[in-house]
Amino acid sequence: MDLAAILALNVVNGAASLFLLCLGLAIIFGMMRIINLAHGEFVMLGAYAAVISANAGVNIFVAMLVVAPLFVGLVGLVVERCLIRFLYGRLVDSMLATWGLSLLIVGLVTTIFGNTMQGVATPFGGFSIGAYRTSWYTLFLLAVALVMLVLIYAILRYTRFGLIARAVMQNPEMAAVLGVSPARIYMATFSLGAAVTGLAGGVLAPVSGITPVMGGAYVAKAFITVVGGGAAIISGTSSASALFGLVNQLGAYLTTPVYGEVVLFLAAIVLIRLLPQGISGRFFKGTI
Amino acid sequence: MTGELLTVEGLRAGYGRVPILAGVSFAMAEGEFLGILGHNGMGKTTLMRTVMGTIPATAGSIRFGGTDVTRLATHQRSRLGLGLVPQGREIFPTLSVEENLRMGLAAAKREDRSVIDGVLEDFPRLKRLLDRRGGALSGGEQQLLALARCLCARPKLILLDEPTEGIQPSIIEEMIETLQTLRRRWALSMIIVEQNLDFITQLSDRVLSIQKGRITGEVDRERLLSGDVAMTAA
Repeated sequence: MDLAAILALNVVNGAASLFLLCLGLAIIFGMMRIINLAHGEFVMLGAYAAVISANAGVNIFVAMLVVAPLFVGLVGLVVERCLIRFLYGRLVDSMLATWGLSLLIVGLVTTIFGNTMQGVATPFGGFSIGAYRTSWYTLFLLAVALVMLVLIYAILRYTRFGLIARAVMQNPEMAAVLGVSPARIYMATFSLGAAVTGLAGGVLAPVSGITPVMGGAYVAKAFITVVGGGAAIISGTSSASALFGLVNQLGAYLTTPVYGEVVLFLAAIVLIRLLPQGISGRFFKGTI
Repeated sequence: MTGELLTVEGLRAGYGRVPILAGVSFAMAEGEFLGILGHNGMGKTTLMRTVMGTIPATAGSIRFGGTDVTRLATHQRSRLGLGLVPQGREIFPTLSVEENLRMGLAAAKREDRSVIDGVLEDFPRLKRLLDRRGGALSGGEQQLLALARCLCARPKLILLDEPTEGIQPSIIEEMIETLQTLRRRWALSMIIVEQNLDFITQLSDRVLSIQKGRITGEVDRERLLSGDVAMTAA
């Protein structure tokens, strides 16, 4: 029973982390068809922003939930204006450019902070379920993931910006005919996606080893989840995160964490073979 | 009619290296309903899209309400008061009818719902469909929605591109009535591009014919009414 509870908690935690990691990517890829290969580096920048500001005396929650998304959102804004805006509709070029960008960011961060591991203490401490110990932070991650899910859904579904963003996603030319500048919406959406990614980096910082190359570990997983989820940002990403989180954690429990990752990728390959349009291409058509 | 609203001179445009418009020139007055008649492939849709700016002009000029808009982006032209009801309607398929109408207010400083309510007065058929997804409507309903959405933006000039294409006759009649009502109520100007003689005759003050990317002249009203229009030789 205790084992089941702790396993369930791990599954939920895995799904929540995965969801946080790929929500920003889903916004950018889903809305603009830009494959941002610097996504992992955005996560890394968020983690650095949180750790460095926390170690400089900023409250850890402010560092994770405010500083990290703001900083990476600004980085996203600059990147969109200087690079991405020339690449809309050019999928391959955008991959190449953002891959170059990822190398640049890794190089810059290494130059400034060195190739050493940074860290910050995990807040909250732990609790026990029977013979097993786990940390309250797991539940905090889950709460952040749920809040982000509701927040982004509400922005897309109920605000004027969300309506215009969805319209631009479906038909940028018609949106322009109605007086919307698609370029401005793309800019805002890209920064929003970057900010959400920065937040993910921030809240994952206390539970990850933070190095300039940490992004590499995230980018493949995040991509496969977004592709597995399909076009719908919220329903697709959350269902794919839940599925892959479950597969990953069960695999890790039954074998080792390394095989857990392997099982995740195998599951993704099978899923994309069966549902080329992703989960939301089949089951949640027309949702957000 | 108070002066010229739109002046197009020597307009050329095309797709890639394929030229479609070979120097189109015409002018229209404020408050006018101008018909442009032509067969498929003569450049009607290209003309509408070039005036709206979704296709760049390669030569010539477009003046709208005293402003040279030839080099302006589509959304800037829209904000100046140009509206397009495109061929194929281009309804946002996963947005509801209401959300599609709200997109008509996208350029406004704030979203004023009373504008939508006002427009819906003239489109009773849409009132019952507000919660439906745009993509789930019939072709005729989509056409009405596209027109209503365009009206929400309060344009000075509406470009109506083949509104009768693939639409059931009862809705075509409804559209003619709606447009005539709108014309009486608001100071609307409109360019109607069509192949449907009946539709264009009932609504237009003046009908031009377009052939091979050029305006070839005005079509005589008597001949329009008698249905005797050899469009190839106009």
